[in-house]
Amino acid sequence: MIPIISVTNLTKKFGDMTAVDGISFSVPTGGIFAFLGPNGAGKTTSIKMLTTLLAPTDGTIEIGGKSPQTDQDAVRRMFGIVFQDPSLDDELTAYENMEFHAVLYSVPVTLRKPRIEELMRFVDVWDRKDSLVKTFSGGMKRRLEIARGLLHHPQIFFLDEPTLGLDPQTRNHIWAYIQKLSKEEGITVFFTTHYMEEAQRVAQQVAIIDHGHIIATGTPQELMTKTKSASLEDAFLSLTGHEIREEEASSKDAMRNRRRMWHGGR
Amino acid sequence: MNAIYILWLRQLKRYFRSKSRMVGSLGQPILFLFALGFGMGPVYAKAGQGNYLQFLVPGVVSMGILFTAIFSGVEVIWDKQFGFLKETLVAPVSRLSIMFGRTLGGATVAVLQGCIVLVLSMLFGFRFPITALPMALVCMFFIALLFTALGTALASVLEDMQGFQLIMNFLVMPLFFLSGALFPINDNTPQVLKLITAFDPLAYGVDGLRDVLIGVTHFGLPLDMAVLSLVTVLFVVLGSYLFSKIQI
Ligand SMILES: Nc1ncnc2c1ncn2[C@@H]1O[C@H](COP(=O)(O)OP(=O)(O)OP(=O)(O)O)[C@@H](O)[C@H]1O
Ligand SMILES: [Mg+2]
Repeated sequence: MIPIISVTNLTKKFGDMTAVDGISFSVPTGGIFAFLGPNGAGKTTSIKMLTTLLAPTDGTIEIGGKSPQTDQDAVRRMFGIVFQDPSLDDELTAYENMEFHAVLYSVPVTLRKPRIEELMRFVDVWDRKDSLVKTFSGGMKRRLEIARGLLHHPQIFFLDEPTLGLDPQTRNHIWAYIQKLSKEEGITVFFTTHYMEEAQRVAQQVAIIDHGHIIATGTPQELMTKTKSASLEDAFLSLTGHEIREEEASSKDAMRNRRRMWHGGR
Repeated sequence: MNAIYILWLRQLKRYFRSKSRMVGSLGQPILFLFALGFGMGPVYAKAGQGNYLQFLVPGVVSMGILFTAIFSGVEVIWDKQFGFLKETLVAPVSRLSIMFGRTLGGATVAVLQGCIVLVLSMLFGFRFPITALPMALVCMFFIALLFTALGTALASVLEDMQGFQLIMNFLVMPLFFLSGALFPINDNTPQVLKLITAFDPLAYGVDGLRDVLIGVTHFGLPLDMAVLSLVTVLFVVLGSYLFSKIQI
């Protein structure tokens, strides 16, 4: 199968610190691909490079045959993304956030309204369409972001910990929808998560990254067989070890807390 | 084009929704008009300089515009921190349009703020010929655009709001106080001060606005407009460049 994403020797350094260290992998067209790894492994940094937000220090990326470095707009039209951190405008209403996105992505005027309504109904936020996003719960914001990412019918859907903080009902609902999209529309899904059972259930291919290196790739079954584990979670632990990523975890948490404070303080 | 429009619209919506910001940013101009306008008025008149309130208002209007404009530009830092900037930066729209749309939006908001101050100052007794209004709006728009672009340029290189205090104290305040917004520049002005003022872009904005509104000028309107437009272009280009270099 022709890969829709191929990455060769991708590297990102922040000063002396190497966040992503020469990774290579490819993602088959139309499948669901899980990019797993402990805190601070380099997942978000990799996604930022794939999605034109960060320039790599070294290596090449091809998305649908185009480079995010030189062919930014072509690449940007191809994907939708749900970021790990919030990315809605709190001072706009839910509908306005969607509309803003539709205009930026040149969704034809006649399609805008029906599509926005369809997606917002699907993620169950339509009855709150005229409320300011700052009045939404975390889960509602997340659902709105997912709807927004699909608004321009992307070929590739990047999801960086999309289900973080969602209740099981919503998670199941959303994954069912994404699986359906992937199957029926042929959308390629690239996601990260810390819920291993989720990855085991929905992913067709998995890559595991640790300390900026890819340490394993394959189907969930292959990884389980290779490590003689009963679940992907056990396979993950056996590949990445049991030690907690103290430093990364705490600095990330500190950042998230700070963000929360900022939100509260506004 | 649509992208520029929607970014412009967003700035306006945010402005109109944040009543506390709108009202809060009027406190300072009112204080200046009241305390300085009325407090210094008699001294100014005694020195044979005429009506101080008339002289002061163009300066205070410029101040309102300056603060709002810088703040609108610096909002880019907010967008960085609250994450919304990512949403705009992954869209298939040139960074130039993004920068342009939000800068125009910020400038529009700043002009609106300036207009509110102008109307308020009429309650304090300020008068100007209504025919001067179109040209006054042009001056106000240039001031607004110039400093929104400057704010955007600064915000593009700053990581977080901690740098904001620095900007206020070491850039915005000096820009304002050294612009001749509060005092006349003439033959009695110390040379040093005169020289510094000549390098303050806001001085040309204040001077232009004053010429248009009350017919008092130091540099002359043609020079004012020339400097304003040149510096505005410069800052818009600088702002666009720095904005296009943002990585998050
Ligand atoms: N802008 C930055 N400047 C400096 N270091 C950074 C920057 N962004 C990320 N890092 C570092 O790069 C490493 C990888 O971070 P990244 O966010 O990619 O991890 P992650 O795999 O997404 O982790 P998590 O599961 O916690 O989200 C971390 O050590 C992080 O501290
Ligand atoms: Mg991450």
